[in-house]
Amino acid sequence: MIRTARNHLSDLKKQLFGQSTARALFSIIVFVLIWELGSKSKDWFGFVTPWLGHVPAPTDVIKVWIGLLTDSSYWQSWVMSFLRVLAGFVTAMVLGIPFGLAIAVSRISYGIIFPSFEVLRPIPPLAWVPAAIIFWPTQELSIIFVTFLGAFYTIVINVLGGARAIDLRYFQVAESMGASKWDVFRRIILPGTLPSIMVGAAVGMGLTWEVVVAAEMISGGGGAVGSSGGGLGFFIWNSYVGGSYEQIIVGMISIGIAGFISSAGLRKLGELCTPWLRKR
Amino acid sequence: MNAAPGQLPRGAIRIEDAVKVYDPDGAAILAVDHCTLNIPAGEICMIVGPSGCGKTTLLNAIAGFHSLSSGAIYLDDQLLCGPGKPQADPGPERIVVFQNGALFPWKTNLENVAFGPIMQGSLSRVEAHDKARAMMADAGLEGVEHNYPGEISSGMRRRVEIVRALMNDPKVLLLDEPYRALDSLTKSVMHEALLEIYYKTKVTIFFITHDLEEAIFLGHRVVIMTSRPCKPKKLLEVDIPHPRNYSVLTTKRFRELMDETLEAVHEEALKAFSLGEKEG
Ligand SMILES: Nc1ncnc2c1ncn2[C@@H]1O[C@H](COP(=O)(O)OP(=O)(O)OP(=O)(O)O)[C@@H](O)[C@H]1O
Ligand SMILES: [Mg+2]
Repeated sequence: MIRTARNHLSDLKKQLFGQSTARALFSIIVFVLIWELGSKSKDWFGFVTPWLGHVPAPTDVIKVWIGLLTDSSYWQSWVMSFLRVLAGFVTAMVLGIPFGLAIAVSRISYGIIFPSFEVLRPIPPLAWVPAAIIFWPTQELSIIFVTFLGAFYTIVINVLGGARAIDLRYFQVAESMGASKWDVFRRIILPGTLPSIMVGAAVGMGLTWEVVVAAEMISGGGGAVGSSGGGLGFFIWNSYVGGSYEQIIVGMISIGIAGFISSAGLRKLGELCTPWLRKR
Repeated sequence: MNAAPGQLPRGAIRIEDAVKVYDPDGAAILAVDHCTLNIPAGEICMIVGPSGCGKTTLLNAIAGFHSLSSGAIYLDDQLLCGPGKPQADPGPERIVVFQNGALFPWKTNLENVAFGPIMQGSLSRVEAHDKARAMMADAGLEGVEHNYPGEISSGMRRRVEIVRALMNDPKVLLLDEPYRALDSLTKSVMHEALLEIYYKTKVTIFFITHDLEEAIFLGHRVVIMTSRPCKPKKLLEVDIPHPRNYSVLTTKRFRELMDETLEAVHEEALKAFSLGEKEG
């Protein structure tokens, strides 16, 4: 149970040099090689490959990417997308968790609120884009609103399901031992729901990235936000319009990395919040 | 432990004509039928009976987790539930230890044990933790205070749970097959540990089990229940003097009592089985 630094180190070694790492590296290297060969092949083999020829080669993408690293508008796109995801996601958590808990613990609020919620839920967040642009005073708020919607439903559903799945016996024990209603909420319902909250948050985070990119593409093109304030979604769209195929790929990979970073951060946070679920 | 050795027995349970019908307006499942049972203070009363006969139903009524359809239950001549008050209030003087254990997974073992007194406000957090530490040490649970229940063996979890129950200074312990999932070696350790606790506290124990050896080894009395609906079929006085240890298992008297119980139980099990076949 006591884990020494040496233990951690050997774990790390295993992770880095283990068989699965070797396989993963192999898989990625082969993938990039095929991509490179495919996109360069029309020059190399003297005949035109059907469609792979239009895809920029990885080496070209990297060249363009290195050029962009010193370009502040590229980084500005990162910052903008991250801020929007954060704003939408945090709002979804701050509103979604109490909302989900409220309808989980009270049959009355469930009966009154949940039906409307269920009517709105099937509408995909992106279907809200035009309405959001009209209803909200600024473009920025519309994008954040749509991003918020992306995570909100998932978080509420997870909180609701998690709170309802708490073992009845925990409530019986708490009641026998004299816990008040507030104690039951704070010491049973809240921690009992936490794992589901974290699952909802992880799924919600993935959805916010999907939604924010699309929303930026749709609304950022209007010109009001401008090319550097458009975020990574608009960065891709702008590259497409400008005909820079390498930049499109740079934008796509950037979003992948951004999504990965946010998920990893969230996972770490989840582990910190639920120490009893830590793997031993 | 605050209960001095030789403390006066306490916590007499009197069950009078208890009837429990599940779903009275629909399927009307009669689970307990005019069950009358007197458990004197400080007795270890073992309840055995066929699967699904209604033992847990009876226990839940004593604990106050659900109502009785008719009849009454008294604790030390005070009405727990009866005419005009179908459901008892759950309280710290009657603590249940569940079949699969119900330690809060999100609390450390120490926090679990200290839970009751903190909820009741009888001890401050610090005092409760001190007492919990002392009682855990007493029960041979040193060193796992800051682990989560998920991190210790199932035998240890059961011990932690019983210590958690005792922290409430209960008059009655309601045990619902607490050792069912344990291997026989761990079980025997648990039995001696429970007896040790019993000799110190003289708490009344209502103990449901399927294990006849367990029933006779621990109990002052073994109550054999009929197949559903449940009521006492046979009361068996175990005339082996306490304190007991595992050597009584090999005595002639123990074997005789085993045979006597087995016969009665087998008869009911057969009835329950053919009943189940008819229903199924
Ligand atoms: N909430 C409920 N609603 C309807 N029927 C129930 C309910 N709980 C239990 N029963 C039924 O009542 C009967 C008695 O159940 P109970 O759990 O008390 O049996 P038991 O003696 O504890 O069984 P086991 O030994 O398997 O634990 C069973 O037939 C069961 O199906
Ligand atoms: Mg049962």
